[in-house]
Amino acid sequence: MSRDEAYNFAYLDENTKRMIRRALLKAVAIPGHQVPFGAREMPLPYGWGTGGIQVTAAVLGPRDVLKVIDQGADDTTNAVSIRRFFHRVAGVETTTRTSEATVIQTRHRIPEARLTEAQIIVYQVPMPEPLFRLEPRLAETKRMHALADYGLMHVKLYEDIAKHGHIATSYSYPVMVDGRYLMSPSPIPAFDNPKMHRMPALQLFGAGREKRIYAVPPYTDVRSLDFEDHPFRPHRAKAHCALCASCTSYLDEVVTDDRGGRMFVCSDTDYCETRQAEQQKVAAA
Amino acid sequence: MRPGFTDPVQDAQSCFRAVLEAMSRPGRVQVLPDGLNPPAALHPATAAVLLTLADAETPLHHDAGAEADSWLRFHCGCPLASPADAAFVLAAGQPPAISALAQGSDEEPERGATLILQVSALETGHGWRLTGPGIAQEHRLWVEGLPPGFVAEWRAQRACFPRGVDVILCAGHRIAALPRGIRIEEG
Repeated sequence: MSRDEAYNFAYLDENTKRMIRRALLKAVAIPGHQVPFGAREMPLPYGWGTGGIQVTAAVLGPRDVLKVIDQGADDTTNAVSIRRFFHRVAGVETTTRTSEATVIQTRHRIPEARLTEAQIIVYQVPMPEPLFRLEPRLAETKRMHALADYGLMHVKLYEDIAKHGHIATSYSYPVMVDGRYLMSPSPIPAFDNPKMHRMPALQLFGAGREKRIYAVPPYTDVRSLDFEDHPFRPHRAKAHCALCASCTSYLDEVVTDDRGGRMFVCSDTDYCETRQAEQQKVAAA
Repeated sequence: MRPGFTDPVQDAQSCFRAVLEAMSRPGRVQVLPDGLNPPAALHPATAAVLLTLADAETPLHHDAGAEADSWLRFHCGCPLASPADAAFVLAAGQPPAISALAQGSDEEPERGATLILQVSALETGHGWRLTGPGIAQEHRLWVEGLPPGFVAEWRAQRACFPRGVDVILCAGHRIAALPRGIRIEEG
C-alpha cells in the first residue's frame, strides 16, 4: 500500500522532525543523559507510546522495515495499531520477524534474537527519570545527574536487601551507562538488562508525556547496579515454554483455568514461532 | 540563488540517518548521495548537514562568506550568532577554539554546540585511534586539514565531560563525527 498523502511522510511536520533529530544526536553524544524535547500531541493518548512513535517518525525512511512489539508480542493492540499507523502515514514495509526489521519499536521488552549493527531499537518510556520514586523534585534529580550523585539509589537497593534478603526489583532495574549516567532502561524485565550491555544496535528511548529523549550508542557499557556480595541476578520463571520448550527465553505466565492451572509461554512471539517452525521442519524430515 | 534539497523530506531523512550513524559509530565514514549543488564555499556534505538540522530555532555562526551566508539564511532560515551563542558553528577555514564555543552546563550538557568542520579528506583504516561509546574495539580515522592543536584541545574538553562540543567532519560527500565522549590518540 502506498502511504496516505494527506499526511506529511511519517506524520510529523519537518520542523518537529528536525527538533527531534537534534535532540537525538545530542542524546547519542551524551549516552544515558535525558535530553528535553518538545513532544507533540499524537493521535493516541499518553502512555500508548507517544514518545517512541515520535522517535520512530524522526528516524524512519521509506526503505526501512518496521517491527513493533508490545511486551514481546507482535499481535497485541498497541503493537498492531502502531504498525498500522506507520504503514499508513509512511508507507513503510512492516514485519514481525526480528531479523528482517531495520527499526524495532518496543514496549517493555528486548527481542530474544541478538540485534545487529544494521538495526535501531526504539523504546517507549513511561518515566525516564530513574530517581523519581526517591526524589520527586526534577530540579533536584537534574542536579544529582550533573554531580553523578547516585547514593540514594544504592541506599534503595540496600534497603531491599535488608527487608527482603535480595534486590526486589524485577523490572525497570536501574543501569549505569558508560560509567557516568544512571538510566532507566524503561520497564523491561531485569532479565533483558544484560542484552543492553555492548549491544551492536543503536538504542533510542522516547518519553512523550515526560518530554525526554535519551540514547545508548552501540557497544556501550550498560551495567545493572548491584553490590559485590549481592551481584545482579536476572529473574526468569523456572520453567520451559509450553509451545517451543525454550529454557532460555523470558516467559509469561498464562492462567488456564480457575483451579490453579497455568502454563508458561515465551513472551517474544517471533522467537517462539520461529522455534516451533524449525521443530516442525525437523519432525517432518 | 542555488536550490536546496530536491526532495526536502526524503533527502533530509536520509542525510539525518547518515549523521545519526556517524554520531553513533564515531570514526566510521558515511557517504551522502549526490544531487546537492551548494555555493562554492560549502562542501555538499556540509550543506546537506545544515539543511537537515538547522532552522529558525538554531543560531548559526559561520565563516563561509557572503554567498554561503545568503544561501544558508534563505534555505535554513537560521539566525546568525557569535561563536559563543551559536548552536551550530560552521568552520570552512581556520576553526575557532573549542573552548570558545557553547559547552552547555553540567545539568544541561545538551546545550553544547555542534561544530561542523570542513576538512579536505576523511579516510578510515589509518590515522587517529578512536575509542569510547559506539566503538567495539577501536576505529581508525584519518583527517586531513585540521589545525595542529586540535587533538590537544579535544583532550582538554574531554576532561569536562559531560560538558563539551560535538564535531561533525565534512569532506566532499563524506562525513564522520566525533561526539564529545570519544578519546582520540594520535597513531
